[in-house]
Amino acid sequence: MSDTGIGASVRRKEDLRFVQGAGKYTDDMNLVDQVHAYILRSPHAHAAVRSIDTSAARAGEGVVAVFTSEDMAEVGGIPCGWQVHSKDGSAMAEPKHPVLAEGKVRHVGDPVAVVLAESRTQARDAAESIFVDYDVLDAVVDMQAAVTDGATSVHDDVGTNVCYDWGLGDKDAVDEAFSNAHHVSRLDLVNNRLIPNAIEPRCAIGDYDQATGQFTLHTTSQNPHVIRLLMGAFVLGLPEHKLRIHAPDVGGGFGSKIFHYAEEIIVTWAAGQINRPVKWTADRSESFQSDAHGRDHVTTVELAMDADGKFLALRASTLANMGAYLSTFAPCVPTYLHGTLLAGQYSTPVIYCEVKAVFTNTVPVDAYRGAGRPEATYLLERIVQVAADDMGMDATDIRRRNFIQPSEFPYQTPVALIYDTGNYEASLDKALENSDYAGFGNRKAASKEAGKLRGIGISSYIEACGIAPSNVVGSLGARAGLYEAATVRVNPTGSVSVMTGSHSHGQGHETTFAQVVSEKLGIDFDSIDIVHGDTDRVPFGMGTYGSRSIAVGGTAIVNAIDKVVAKGKKIAAHLLETSESDIEFENGQFVVPGTDKAKAFGEIALAAYVPHHYPLEELEPGLEETAFYDPKNFTFPAGTYVCEVEVDPDTGTVEIASFHATDDFGVVINPMIVEGQVHGGLVQGIGQALLEGCNYDDTGQLLSGSYMDYTMPRATDVPSFSVDTTVTECTHNPLGVKGCGEAGAIGAPPAVINAVLNALSEVGVTNLDMPATPHRVWQAIRDAQAS
Amino acid sequence: MYSFDYKRPSSLDEATQMLRNSDDGHVLAGGHTLLPTLKQRLASASDLVDLAGIEELKGISSADGVVTIGAMTTHSEVAASSEVQNAIPALADLAGGIGDPQVRNKGTIGGSISNNDPAADYPAALVGLNATVNTTSRSISADNFFTGMFETALGDGEIVTSVSFPVPHSAAYCKFPNPASRYAIVGVFVARGSDGVRVAVTGAGASVFRAREIEAVLNQGFSASSVADIQVSDEGLNEDIHASAEYRAHLITVMTKRAVDKANG
Ligand SMILES: Cc1cc2nc3c(=O)[nH]c(=O)nc-3n(C[C@H](O)[C@H](O)[C@H](O)COP(=O)(O)OP(=O)(O)OC[C@H]3O[C@@H](n4cnc5c(N)ncnc54)[C@H](O)[C@@H]3O)c2cc1C
Repeated sequence: MSDTGIGASVRRKEDLRFVQGAGKYTDDMNLVDQVHAYILRSPHAHAAVRSIDTSAARAGEGVVAVFTSEDMAEVGGIPCGWQVHSKDGSAMAEPKHPVLAEGKVRHVGDPVAVVLAESRTQARDAAESIFVDYDVLDAVVDMQAAVTDGATSVHDDVGTNVCYDWGLGDKDAVDEAFSNAHHVSRLDLVNNRLIPNAIEPRCAIGDYDQATGQFTLHTTSQNPHVIRLLMGAFVLGLPEHKLRIHAPDVGGGFGSKIFHYAEEIIVTWAAGQINRPVKWTADRSESFQSDAHGRDHVTTVELAMDADGKFLALRASTLANMGAYLSTFAPCVPTYLHGTLLAGQYSTPVIYCEVKAVFTNTVPVDAYRGAGRPEATYLLERIVQVAADDMGMDATDIRRRNFIQPSEFPYQTPVALIYDTGNYEASLDKALENSDYAGFGNRKAASKEAGKLRGIGISSYIEACGIAPSNVVGSLGARAGLYEAATVRVNPTGSVSVMTGSHSHGQGHETTFAQVVSEKLGIDFDSIDIVHGDTDRVPFGMGTYGSRSIAVGGTAIVNAIDKVVAKGKKIAAHLLETSESDIEFENGQFVVPGTDKAKAFGEIALAAYVPHHYPLEELEPGLEETAFYDPKNFTFPAGTYVCEVEVDPDTGTVEIASFHATDDFGVVINPMIVEGQVHGGLVQGIGQALLEGCNYDDTGQLLSGSYMDYTMPRATDVPSFSVDTTVTECTHNPLGVKGCGEAGAIGAPPAVINAVLNALSEVGVTNLDMPATPHRVWQAIRDAQAS
Repeated sequence: MYSFDYKRPSSLDEATQMLRNSDDGHVLAGGHTLLPTLKQRLASASDLVDLAGIEELKGISSADGVVTIGAMTTHSEVAASSEVQNAIPALADLAGGIGDPQVRNKGTIGGSISNNDPAADYPAALVGLNATVNTTSRSISADNFFTGMFETALGDGEIVTSVSFPVPHSAAYCKFPNPASRYAIVGVFVARGSDGVRVAVTGAGASVFRAREIEAVLNQGFSASSVADIQVSDEGLNEDIHASAEYRAHLITVMTKRAVDKANG
């Protein structure tokens, strides 16, 4: 292993500019002659808009224009990228998602009008003088209430609040297995709604060049080409060659910057209207009300077992909140990213999952770090713990009894996925060893001595990453392909620029991808540049989410490198006057093994661009190759997390005493970066389990609308993590990689809650929903004592 | 933020003049409450009169069993002051537990008490220690200073100049923080002084209040076990998404016990 190749903990290239404040984020850009947009948003969760009077605003100081939906009649609605079908075969309800409210507002924060002015303050001042005549309607907030007969409709033209009623698996076989089971464990649970909080709020700048008819959108996006496709083709009717999407440094996304948002459309369209650049930057309160939220499931799950604790069947029924409109990938999150994961690490023979997606007068809900897989893992690892308790088995024994064995791969689950490889017992064993699982009893006794309740919890998660084979997702309703693209451009003097469709917004691609190139081409790490985030510079790619970048984007790079090497061999063969089949490429040299004949990579590059001695009849000059890679399967990272907590029964405070993670991510390119990804994921998972909860009141007002009330995890809320890995290599991509970006957020919540409930079992508490805040824990203890 | 005129006087007299001559002038101290409120357009001002240039509002002194802290003294200055640490360690401890380092480096004692946020920490210390608030026109006892939610006895244009704390025999503060904001869900300041025990509770009600029932039992015996059986009534206590009134009532007892233990060292 070289010190900058695969497997090396190379320091992140990009961090120098980030820590020096030299990163270039969208809001750092200011275009000549730009105006500022302020978006007037609905203060009501649900109201008819009788009229909007913008006359005073138009006369405001510095105001350039004021627009409402009437002005945007030519502009299409915001499209949804995934169509799910219900059990009965009907397509999901897909009501229009207007850019600016048309006749009705459907959540607090729904955009109503936009003011363009010379300064942000002037735009905001003017917006205060817009008079909107609202007729306030009953708000639909609670999902159960939303699906009962006679509930107010969020969308009048849909007539019901059910978007779809989806099912997966063999229901009859499952029902049959339940009726013959020795024991059935049952659990009702809530997967709490989360509000993503990237450090960088969203920002969008629209620019129009009258001379060329070219539009440019600078935006905080995880996937510029997806935005170009959606906005160009479906909303503004702009051809691709006249629309450039540029996402420069992006300060975190966690999914929330995948989606196509109204503000991107507004600034691009408005720039064309007034022929000046238009800039919008969210403030934090606006982010709370306009970035798509995450999770928000209400689920009943049942697990059927035989007398030995062997799983016979699993049944889960979920209500999934869509919010007021369908965000870009919302429909696939509770279905194909959730139901398909319910086998987990276990050989449960039959599984049935049904999901009702529900419209409510709340901010749209979409993919958030893990997207569907945290919800699946949470319900599964919770019910497995309940089952262990019901059966009087140890949490590890019940898992071992049901693990899919290494000999069984490839393994066809009853919920569509085929796992290629894994070794679940290996990661469980390592996690137990690292956490001194056997010594828990002593630690519990010591805690008790100090008046504290101690608990231990396990979660053995699996996830599906590297989304995804295009034909598979196409058959499941995706309206796009999910391959990735890369161009490897070898420059004449041997340096390399890689144009990737993946997008880095904190993940460290500029380092990891360069390590792959350095390893494969045997060239200096510092002579490699990773270019991303600009549709004018990179080939059509699908972007970064679902832990897909190394598995899909990395493979596209490797395939392009293979083409470069193949061409290099041809050039070398010519220069060395030998046949192509005699040439091998190793350590940055094209060599004829067994001889002293060799050409350095740089010499071949130069020859390709200065083709004086070159097989011009057979070979084009230049050394630049592009590859599009469509994955053959998902990848399946998996692992076991062990969490220990101490609960203060007087206050209900939960403290994480220790957290041990063991993950199998396949081959690890940069262990330091992977560890950082795990740390971040764990913090988010612990945040969901203990701290973060989005709260709406009955009228649809967002109560947790700022950091005064929405608890983001802080450094002091988490322990010093112990992170370890086991390795089974992915069988279907050349790097053997699986992806690591979401695992922590997926695996952590059930480990934490299982630990909290283990601690509270002493005082009679048997169930508890996230977030396990002090108040909730204290209340649960009291209720248990009272009953 | 709506626009305003910024003024920076160098004396209290000048500041008072400036306030008097403005339509709707506000005093600016650390700005950690006022500026966010202005930015969110929840408040506006014709003039902001910044007290940062007035030397007489700064500093900590102690004499004759009284520690006096200038209104513009920051939380971190109080936390780090050896004078405060020696005389009233509980006060230094309280100041060191406010918000985060940025907040403590800017926020001031004068700003905190003038604002009288129902969940702020300082009001508990002032009432618990039976402090006196000195202003440009008079001295007000802490018991009479905090009059209601975000309300004080301060009149128009009246500026807090300092706070005087009598040194107690022993004291301690325990706060159960709001997990999001870290303000107090319940904070209890317990002090044993020459005129008996005082127990001041912040976070739980509309404004800081004395828990007289608890004071009575602690005057009988200053130990955590005296408080163990007290069930505080939840009537009139705050309720929000973080804590019910019942939970707050319970926490008053728990925090008092912990504070008494701490005070007894
Ligand atoms: C993120 C955050 C976390 C915080 N956490 C806590 C916490 O845990 N506990 C806590 O107690 N506080 C907390 N605070 C509040 C902070 O500590 C300050 O005490 C508070 O902001 C007020 O002090 P200031 O100096 O910033 O006053 P300013 O914001 O400048 O002023 C506040 C008000 O008081 C008036 N005023 C200021 N000085 C005087 C004076 N000398 N005489 C008369 N009127 C005056 C102003 O006109 C204004 O109305 C937090 C604040 C923030 C931003």
